[in-house]
Amino acid sequence: MSREPILRLEGVSKYFGEFTALDSINLEIDEGEFLTIVGPSGSGKTTLIRILVGIEELSNGKIWLWNDRIEAIPANRRPTCMVFQSLALFPHKSVGENIEFPLKLRKQRPENRKARAFELLDLLQLPQSFYQKRINECSGGERQRVALARALAFDPEILFFDEPLSALDFRLRKNLEKELKDLHRRTGKTFVYITHSLEEAMVMSDRIAIMRSGRFEQIAVADEIYARPISRFVAEFMGEVNLFSVKGDDSGNPVGTEIDIQTGGATLDSGMGLVRGALATLMVRPEAVNFLVDDGTADFVVEGVLKAEYALGSRTQYKVKADNGDELAVEKLREDRFFGKVGDRVRLGWNAASAHMITGD
Amino acid sequence: MERQDQRIGLLSALPMGVVLLISFLAPMLVIAVFSVMPQKVFSLLHIPDFSSYKLVFTQGYIKSVLWSFGMAMASTVVLFVICWPLAFGMAKVFKGFGIFITIAVVVTLFVSENIRLFGWVLTLMKGGLIEGHLRAWTGLTFEGVLYNTPVIVFGLVYAYFPFMLFPLIQGIAMVPDDARQAAADLGATRRQIFFEVDLPLSAPGIVIGSLLSFVLAAGAMAESKLLGGQTVIVIADEIETAFTYGQNWPLGSALSIILILVIGALSIFGINRVNLDLIMGGRRT
Repeated sequence: MSREPILRLEGVSKYFGEFTALDSINLEIDEGEFLTIVGPSGSGKTTLIRILVGIEELSNGKIWLWNDRIEAIPANRRPTCMVFQSLALFPHKSVGENIEFPLKLRKQRPENRKARAFELLDLLQLPQSFYQKRINECSGGERQRVALARALAFDPEILFFDEPLSALDFRLRKNLEKELKDLHRRTGKTFVYITHSLEEAMVMSDRIAIMRSGRFEQIAVADEIYARPISRFVAEFMGEVNLFSVKGDDSGNPVGTEIDIQTGGATLDSGMGLVRGALATLMVRPEAVNFLVDDGTADFVVEGVLKAEYALGSRTQYKVKADNGDELAVEKLREDRFFGKVGDRVRLGWNAASAHMITGD
Repeated sequence: MERQDQRIGLLSALPMGVVLLISFLAPMLVIAVFSVMPQKVFSLLHIPDFSSYKLVFTQGYIKSVLWSFGMAMASTVVLFVICWPLAFGMAKVFKGFGIFITIAVVVTLFVSENIRLFGWVLTLMKGGLIEGHLRAWTGLTFEGVLYNTPVIVFGLVYAYFPFMLFPLIQGIAMVPDDARQAAADLGATRRQIFFEVDLPLSAPGIVIGSLLSFVLAAGAMAESKLLGGQTVIVIADEIETAFTYGQNWPLGSALSIILILVIGALSIFGINRVNLDLIMGGRRT
């Protein structure tokens, strides 16, 4: 892409004493994209976003917003803004006053502020009567919207989100995720969102950046990360997955080192081939694994015993104990579910095209 | 069940209620009745009149009232200004170090106020610690800084420092850090954060601290006597004189009632404006 990134990070590091929270981060964010930074707690994602908005200072590195270096500029003079995890609404101000806060700071006229507040209430599907409401009279979802409206009133170049949905119940969260994506499309703003929930990231983002102990492990579009993770860490982070340690045999085919995977004799496509003796991890998602009936065959085959069955609604999940003791997860759509009984012997199989070879650790 | 709880509650509150009634309300009632007795009587069984109140407004006692409230107001404002930065530091910045300041401030309360004020007299008077040293070392001299109203206000500020400081710390501790950060993120300058976030969110602490120091300062007498040397006569002084030298209990009572009414009205007004539960550790509603 020849387009100038809106935000560019070069070698951004942060140390807390001996501890390295961020380890020389590089990142480019494009204008108008929805980037989600995902990582387990302690991976440095919160530190990173706080540095990006200017609440926290970095130890090392450079940050450009368009062509301007901003790492030394304090938060209140950066044209970016964040929705806090706690939302950080002002409890002593009404909904309207909260939304108008950034405009008041800029000494805008009260009637203009009010007009803008009403526009934003509309945009976030809050009734106009909310203008006078106290913050403590609003529900969790309503507060989310007020916090968003306040951030949008600021009209930031980039809008940051620090896991603002994490405190909400499941259904409300699901709805707001979609609304947020919709809002992103309608406003055309650059959104940078951090979360520890992969699902949240998948639903909303254009690109996902996976963080691990202060570094980016992989940055790619959601589907790429799901289907072709570069490491075991990313694969495991992206939900339920079956991973097998494999080794290249004499003819370059992967054979299991911990689990007895038969390659079914098929010619594998080149992505699956391994140098003789090389170690790697074979990944297959639960939904790509099939139950083989009669003499059905596949590129990879594992035998075992059906241990458990969980109905997940639209899908059904199975746990299969392979003969060497490893557990495999299989997921089928409800209408394709497997009519076996717990305790039955089963053969599982999948094809090379739906598997992925991880050569990183 | 609930009814029984209520009854047990009432019963257990009864002894304290009786004690409060006798020790707190009864003297107030006596004072109130004395204030409408004729001049210089020592019994409550006379025909009520308002001669004492008339005296208050005609004999210049009102000047003492104004001095007391004026100096109380001035000391409260000064206290707020000097306590705020320290309280902010102790609530948000100092972490473990704050405890040393707390101890240092509390320890001063272990010594009687009068003795501490005498200490200041020895420090500030002509020939005292400051002027004496200056004269001995440089030969320069100046009149002592005692016996004026600013030094009385200084004494009040000194004496009631803890009563402003600790409520302020409580109040500032209640301001969530992320509300301040969010304000900054939305473009607020330090000044704007102070007026838009810190001040309103720590209001309960400010109101309690201001009320405590104002009420105490308005009824204070030692500062004006020791440091002020009777440059001004404060209301508490007048009350004492009326009850002792003056032997005019009704006048003293009328002055007390005026003091009580003004302070009571202020307290009720102030306390109604803040949610006391917040600072007393109650739940947020």
